[in-house]
Amino acid sequence: MKNAVGREIPEEIIEITGKEPFQGNYYRDDKPIKLHGPTIRPVMNNQKSKLVANIREALEKCEAHDGMTVSFHHHFREGDLIVNMVMKEIHDMGLKDIRICASSLGKAHSALVPMIEDGTITNIESSGVRGGIGEAISKGKLKGLAIMRSHGGRVRSIATGESHIDIAFIGAPTADDYGNLRGIGGKADCGVLSYAIVDGNHADHCVAITDCLVPYPNFPAHISQTKVDYVCVVDEIGIPSKIATGAAKPTTDQRKLLMAQYCTDVVVNTPWFKDGFSYQTGVGGASIASTQYLADIMRERNIRMGFGVGGLTKAMCKLLEDGMADVMLDVQDFDLDAVRSLKNVNHHRIPAAVYANPLNKGAVVNKLDYVVLASLEVDVHFNCNVVVGSDGMITGAQGGHPDTAQGAKCAIVICPLLQGRIPAICTDVTTVTTPGESIDVVVTDYGVAVNPARQDILKALKEANCVPLKTIEELRDIAYSIVGEPDKVEFEDRIVGIIEARDGTIMDVVRQIKEI
Amino acid sequence: MEIKKTAVAGTLESSDCMVTIEPAKKGIELELESSVIRQYGRQIRKVALTTLRRLGVRNARVSIVDKGALDCTIKARVECAAMRAAEYEGRINWGGMIR
Repeated sequence: MKNAVGREIPEEIIEITGKEPFQGNYYRDDKPIKLHGPTIRPVMNNQKSKLVANIREALEKCEAHDGMTVSFHHHFREGDLIVNMVMKEIHDMGLKDIRICASSLGKAHSALVPMIEDGTITNIESSGVRGGIGEAISKGKLKGLAIMRSHGGRVRSIATGESHIDIAFIGAPTADDYGNLRGIGGKADCGVLSYAIVDGNHADHCVAITDCLVPYPNFPAHISQTKVDYVCVVDEIGIPSKIATGAAKPTTDQRKLLMAQYCTDVVVNTPWFKDGFSYQTGVGGASIASTQYLADIMRERNIRMGFGVGGLTKAMCKLLEDGMADVMLDVQDFDLDAVRSLKNVNHHRIPAAVYANPLNKGAVVNKLDYVVLASLEVDVHFNCNVVVGSDGMITGAQGGHPDTAQGAKCAIVICPLLQGRIPAICTDVTTVTTPGESIDVVVTDYGVAVNPARQDILKALKEANCVPLKTIEELRDIAYSIVGEPDKVEFEDRIVGIIEARDGTIMDVVRQIKEI
Repeated sequence: MEIKKTAVAGTLESSDCMVTIEPAKKGIELELESSVIRQYGRQIRKVALTTLRRLGVRNARVSIVDKGALDCTIKARVECAAMRAAEYEGRINWGGMIR
């Protein structure tokens, strides 16, 4: 059955997963849903200690078993040590058929590949996967299906009970012996615990792992003692230098600077750029440069940002520090400047649910004016692919891409026309992660294309005469005239993963890569 | 054009390719390794073989390690490697065998 972005979703996948094909962005708007609550063991006995000696004891006390689902957060990014530590213990216990429900998995977790091969891990739910795990999934080594979902989609899936977590493992930079957890302080300071809050709320068992035990009460707690069963102290939960790796040096790449300039021109010449506007941007060189250009124009025209949101960087936090933005809403910190900025009273932590869950009573992304995103590929239908490489290998993550793109009034994608020989603007993306209906403007180094559905934006940019406007087809044709039209990548029939839309429907499927 | 010795042209930088041509007894043997082989393998082979034909190379073992080079680059590297391997010192027929 073809879904709303024209992708064929096979019947067998609809049957196995019980999901519907994607029906368009607002399919589940205003439709009643039932939320899920966990089954917990109350702690009434005031003699009970929550401290456990090691991960093994925590696993045993939480009744770890074959076929269970364990969850993790990714605030330690490529410096994360928790996932490998816990999975090694699960592997050593001989448990099988484990489902991992992670907010994201990266190159730091390639140690899981042998566990995928030997059947310890048979299902993976994540924003995405990079490195060895992505390759293993693409090569068909995972027995079950990999489910890629956005940050908002993950909260939705857990809150509705679609993903039921047996044991959540929450790495906490600081914790007390009764399970009050904070994302700040300690040795592995990641600033926030936003992605893990839903795990605390909905998992049956919750184990905090820390390398910095502090006196009770560790307040204000980001995750409360009322959610945590056990606290385990280990030597090291993260490698600090790999946690805040997003501090990109200011780029000198002329191509990126050009795209940054086009992007800023688009923002300042569209109707939402006025006092109190809201903004989210990424960590790429062009995004950061564009934030700096934007700051100059805000200063010039005396325009303040109402709020900024997202994974935050130095460039965004500087707006707050300089008094040019009123509020920052934080779900993740990409560099140490962002972590330090949390001291500012107007820099607020928000849970992933508040940030992006599509099925609550309205997430922050719905209030966004602008979001600036990147993409591996954009096709002539404005569909974006941020998960599967042009060679068919799983190599990226949805992150908040589909959430913010849908929520924002003006969603801008910055994407160089060519990545080496690979045309980023193409006829059909390898895999759809964000539907074209969410994407409004595509900025490339060869010109800017506006989604024809957004005549208001097109009109504003034409009148301003600020950027070279092209149709998306023209951009694709320029790309193909330089590098040639790529052959379609060949896949096996077997489906190894699904790209889930924000609302839990199926956006696309990922097939096993053909050996060559 | 007769291939007399082993010769190399190009680099392993991204967007370039390294072409090695060696003498062979019978026909063209082409080995390709490419970072974009799934999307452009067919086209790279076609460009390499067309270029060799135009140069009049009939017997050679050719190996290309491609890092996402454009067709014009692949063509230039094949031409250069072939001429080195053939110890070609005559006038270059621009617009003929080289175009």
